[in-house]
Amino acid sequence: MENKKEFILKEISSSVMPVVYDPEKCVHCNSCVNVCQVDILYPRKDDTPIVVYPGECYYCGCCVMACTHDAIKLRHPLMNQTKFILKSDVEK
Amino acid sequence: MEWPYKNEIDIEETHECDVLVLGGGMAGCFAAIAAARDGKKVILVEKGATCRSGAAGSGVDHWESACSNPCSKVTPEEIAKAYIDEQDGYSNGIAHYIECEEGWHRLLDLETFGGKIRDTEGEFKGADFEDDETGLMFAYDYENRFTLRVWGSTFKPALYEECLRLGVKVFDYTEATALLKKNNKGIGALGMNVRTGRFMIFKSKTTVLAMSRPARVWLFDSDLVGLSEFRPTQSIGSGHAMGYRIGMEFTMMEKSVQGEYSAAGRSFPAYSTGNNHNTWYAATMIDSRGVEIPYVDRDGKELKTVKERYYPAKGQKFFLKGGVIDNPKYEYRGPETLGFDELMKRGYKLPFYADLTSMPESERNVIWGMMVGEEGKTKIPVLQNFKDRGFDSSKHILQSYGTGWQSANFLPQERQLFGAPGGIFIDWDLKTNIDGIYAAGDQLFACDCAGSAAATGYYAGRKAAEASEKYEIIEPERSDIEAEKKRLYAPLYVKDGMNWKELNKAISKAMQNYCGGIKNDMLLKQGLDLLDTYSKEYVPMLSCDNPHELVRTHEVLDILDVSKMILNACLLRKSSSKPLCFDRSDYPEMDPKEDNFFITIMNNDGVIESRRVDKDYYGDVKTEYEKHNQDYMNLAKEKYYGK
Repeated sequence: MENKKEFILKEISSSVMPVVYDPEKCVHCNSCVNVCQVDILYPRKDDTPIVVYPGECYYCGCCVMACTHDAIKLRHPLMNQTKFILKSDVEK
Repeated sequence: MEWPYKNEIDIEETHECDVLVLGGGMAGCFAAIAAARDGKKVILVEKGATCRSGAAGSGVDHWESACSNPCSKVTPEEIAKAYIDEQDGYSNGIAHYIECEEGWHRLLDLETFGGKIRDTEGEFKGADFEDDETGLMFAYDYENRFTLRVWGSTFKPALYEECLRLGVKVFDYTEATALLKKNNKGIGALGMNVRTGRFMIFKSKTTVLAMSRPARVWLFDSDLVGLSEFRPTQSIGSGHAMGYRIGMEFTMMEKSVQGEYSAAGRSFPAYSTGNNHNTWYAATMIDSRGVEIPYVDRDGKELKTVKERYYPAKGQKFFLKGGVIDNPKYEYRGPETLGFDELMKRGYKLPFYADLTSMPESERNVIWGMMVGEEGKTKIPVLQNFKDRGFDSSKHILQSYGTGWQSANFLPQERQLFGAPGGIFIDWDLKTNIDGIYAAGDQLFACDCAGSAAATGYYAGRKAAEASEKYEIIEPERSDIEAEKKRLYAPLYVKDGMNWKELNKAISKAMQNYCGGIKNDMLLKQGLDLLDTYSKEYVPMLSCDNPHELVRTHEVLDILDVSKMILNACLLRKSSSKPLCFDRSDYPEMDPKEDNFFITIMNNDGVIESRRVDKDYYGDVKTEYEKHNQDYMNLAKEKYYGK
C-alpha cells in the first residue's frame, strides 16, 4: 500500500449546534467523548471537547447523562422544538 | 486540527474466542452474557461505547410481551400466536415465542445486574397499573399485565458492567466489516478501530450477529445525518450487508413502510409531540377548542373514564398495543381515539393536543417523568429540554402535528424499514443458513423492540455457546484478509474524490425513484442498473481524511449493498401484498394464494437465489420451543421461579 496517510480533522459545517459546553464547569474528563456512540466529540488538551461532527448527532443525550459536572447542554434544532401552550389559554 | 488519536493504519491485531458477538446493543450484550455464563471465551465488538450504545442505549420504557411475569394473565403461547395472526403470518413466530417466554427472565437478570424493573421507591403505589405485592408496573392492558413499564435508562450501563464482570472481552469503538467463511461455516470476522484505523481480525468457533436493521436507504439528510432515521446514526444495517456478501439467507426484505420517523424531515423527535401511542398511551387528547377527543372500544362504544382506556372490551380476553401494532384486527384491537375522518365529520378542530393536565396524577406522572424519561432519547432531549423551556405537565398541553399520532406526513416514496421489517432467516436455534453463525434482535426478520432483542440475544448466545463446543478455530485465508484491508482503506488514498454523503444522497434518491410506493419490474431493474453504476464508477472515487469519515464511508458501501438486496427481493415477489406493504403496478393482485409464502433471498457469489418457505415453517411455537429448550427450561424453573 502507498505511504501512510496523514489524518486530517476539519470541523464540518452544519446548520445546528446540538451540544454546547460550559467551559467554566467542564473538567476535561472526556466522559462524554467516550460514551458517544456516534463518536462526534473529540478530546482537546486542557480544554472542553469539541463537537467535530454536529450534524451526525443522534440527540440521545448520553453525553449529558455521563457528565458529572453539569457542563453540557443538548438542544434540538429549532425546527424540532415542538409547541406547548397553557391549557388555560385554550379554555378561554 | 490535529487528529487526537494514534494512526494505526495497516497495523493488525488478531484475537481468538469461542463465541464472537458482533454488536453491543441490548441483543449483543445478552448474547455475550449467555455465552460467558456457559464458561465460553467471548469477544464483543461494538462500533460505539457498549455502556450506552444501540437503540436502547439511553433507555427503554416498555418491555413488551413479558408473558411469563408473575402477574400476567396470558400465556406466552396466546400472545405469540396473536402476533403471528395479527401480521397474517408474515411474522417471526420463533422470535415472538422466545420474547414471550424468556423476556421476563431477562428482566430478572437485569435486576440482578443493577437495573430497575419495579417501583422500588413506591412512587406509584396504589395506581391502577401497579401490582402492590411485586411493585411491577404495567402498560396498555392493565387487566392482563403482560407489558411492563421499566426504568430502562439503567439497563445498558448495567449490562456493560456484567459483561466485564463475566470476563467478556469488549472491543468498543470497533466496527465489524466482514464475516469470514470457509466451507459454509462462519469462522470469524474482520473490522477496524474507528479512531485509529487499526485492522482487527477475530477468529471464532461461532458468531452471533446482533447489529442493526438497515437505515438511511430512502431517507437521508446530509445536514442532519443523525436525525435521518429513528435508530442511532451509525446503525444502518452493516450486519445485513456483511451477511448478504457471504451468502446469508434473508426474508421479507421486500417489505418497507411509508416513513414514520425522520426528525431531519417530516416528523419531530420521537416522543416530543402530543400523541397517545406507545410511551404516551393512553394520553387524553383535546382539539384546539379544548374539547376532549373520545376514546372508543373496538365496537365504537365511547369510553367514559380514563381507566377504561386500559382494559379489554366486553367479551375480549386481551388487546395488543405497542411497537409493531398499528391498526390491529378486530380481535386484538384495544381502546383508541376516534378516527380522524370521523373527528372531522363531528367538527373537531385542528391542531390537536395531548392534555395530561386532566388525567389522574399517577397516569400523568407515569407518562411524563417516568415513561418520557426512561424511553430512549427522552431523559435529556425531551424531559430535561422541556423542563428548561418551562413545560409543566399539570398546566401545559403539547401540540400534535398533522392528522395522526406520528405527527408526520411522509410521501409514499419516503420509505423506511420500520415496525417488523425483513431480516435474517433463522431456525429454532436462531442459526442462519451458514453454520456457526447465529442472529438476534433487529437483525432477525420481523423482530422489534428491546424485550425481543434481549430475549433473542440471550437465546442466540446460549445456542452459539453450545455449538462452539463442536468446532475448532479455523485459520482464515490470507487473501480474504488482504482483500478486506484493501477495501476498507481505499478511500484514504483517493485524492479530490467524492464525499460519502454524496453517495448516500444518491442512493436514497435512487431508492425513492425506483423502489417507491408503487413498484414494477422495469423500475426495479433500472434501479439495480443505476446502483451497479454507482458501485463500478463512483465507489472507487470515494475519498476521506480520517478514520471517522472512513467508517461513515464504509457504512454507505453497506447501504449500497443492502439497497441492492432490497431491489432484488422486490423483484422476486410477483404480486402485491397488504401485510408486506408491497404494491406493484405490474402485479396488482393482492396476496394471491400462490405467493402466500416467505420468499427468501441469497446472494451466492453474485447470483441471486431464492426459495419459498411456508409461513408456519417453524411449526407449533410452544411444542417446538419446548423440544429445543429442555435444559434451559429446567434451569429457568429454578433460577427465575424458585422451583
